[in-house]
Amino acid sequence: MKAFKPLLVVLFLLLVWEGIVVMFSMPDYILPGPKAVFISMYDNASLLWEHTLVTMTEMLLGLILGVVFGILLAMVLVYFVALRPWLLPLLLVTQAIPVFALAPILMLWFGYGLASKVVMTILVIFFPVATCCYDGLRHTHQGWLDMAKTMGGNRFAILRHVRWPAALPALASGLRVAVVVAPIGAVVGEWVGSSAGLGYLMLQANARLWVDQMFAALTVLAFCSVSLYFITDLALKKLIPWQPAT
Amino acid sequence: MFDVVVKNAALAYDERIIFKDLNLTLAGGEWTCLLGGSGVGKTSLLRLIAGLSTGKGLETSGSVLCQDGFSLKGRIAWMAQQDLLLPWFSVIENITLGERLRNSFFSRRKVSAQELDRARHILEQVGLSDKATELPQNLSGGQRQRAALARTLMENRPLVLMDEPFGALDAVTRLNLQDLACDLLANRTVLLITHDPLEALRLGHHIYHLQGEPATLTEAIMPPDSPPRSLENKELMSLQGELLERLRNEEERP
Repeated sequence: MKAFKPLLVVLFLLLVWEGIVVMFSMPDYILPGPKAVFISMYDNASLLWEHTLVTMTEMLLGLILGVVFGILLAMVLVYFVALRPWLLPLLLVTQAIPVFALAPILMLWFGYGLASKVVMTILVIFFPVATCCYDGLRHTHQGWLDMAKTMGGNRFAILRHVRWPAALPALASGLRVAVVVAPIGAVVGEWVGSSAGLGYLMLQANARLWVDQMFAALTVLAFCSVSLYFITDLALKKLIPWQPAT
Repeated sequence: MFDVVVKNAALAYDERIIFKDLNLTLAGGEWTCLLGGSGVGKTSLLRLIAGLSTGKGLETSGSVLCQDGFSLKGRIAWMAQQDLLLPWFSVIENITLGERLRNSFFSRRKVSAQELDRARHILEQVGLSDKATELPQNLSGGQRQRAALARTLMENRPLVLMDEPFGALDAVTRLNLQDLACDLLANRTVLLITHDPLEALRLGHHIYHLQGEPATLTEAIMPPDSPPRSLENKELMSLQGELLERLRNEEERP
């Protein structure tokens, strides 16, 4: 039953969508019905697949690198206390400037290919990862640390066996947020300048008023994002069984 | 077994003096119990001895010395009110945590076979042989505290500091664990903090009462017979009444 609930929600949304199209007799170039979109998806399956692969590659590479950078930054913040007052404002500045504003500059620096989108995704992701991981590492249960200290543990072993596992549930929340916002980085990057990807496909279809194809690309993107979230969530629950139930 | 001497211990938190000029001798191989109401500074004193008194706004002075002349470093085992079992390690992994933490970060070797044997033997002593591979989440409160006791024993240190380790247990489980701890920690120097007079009277060779602000220690009470004392002991009961009355007066005063 639990697995069916999301499906029911999707079904309900499709019904509402179809209802609006029929009730207000929407023309196809404003809002095509779900049927038209699915037909377009079927007709353009290979095209969609090709561009999906590009966007997914950007997202996954951005995610992996963003998570690695985020964790590294969190470690540096925890262990090099003297660097904190310098690094924290820097971290905030990278988030205070909207990615959208940075996109054209990143295009200029990293070109129209994969690299600029990966960098965009990293920029979007690494903040939630870094802050959550940093919080997790900082808030290790004082009792555990006291015990480890009386045991005469060395700080790297304490990091490995106590602080790091204790921080994983917090890092997991960061990862969940990261997975959800990753498509923003990739798609915005594609909008600003690219020759492939779902975002690119949407822009092309938009210019030609192929609204059904736009919606087809959007649907695929939504499906990929949601799947990525559920896979991540499932994996995190399996790998970190000691996190509090959500 | 050597005595541990606390000399002129003082501790202030945000300029508020918790205690000063405090002297306490922990007799070697015996149990010393420290009674006191909440907030009087029992735990602070214990942390001071354990060398854990660091933090913002905390000022400490005084010395803790071993009578045999060696440093106290590496001779302390710590047992807190919470069992502090790590939820990502099984019971036996938790018990051998100390060994793991003293290994270098990169060592592949986890815990030696010899240590594992010792861990299994200790688990048998505390009655948890069949729970070795369980995660702590699957244990009852009493079993968890037994595991914590096993971890303390595994450390095999001459001085054991205990901060109300049985405080959160139900009455029967508490009595059982007191007996077990008394048996397994015999001949070690133990400092036990508690707010339960009966616990102190059952287990302690010397019982001190920490009270007042700044806190001072009263004369030691030395109950007759050897621990763990039976509940049928009449003198124990009257001493308990007396101590409870003292603790109550102390709570009411402010």
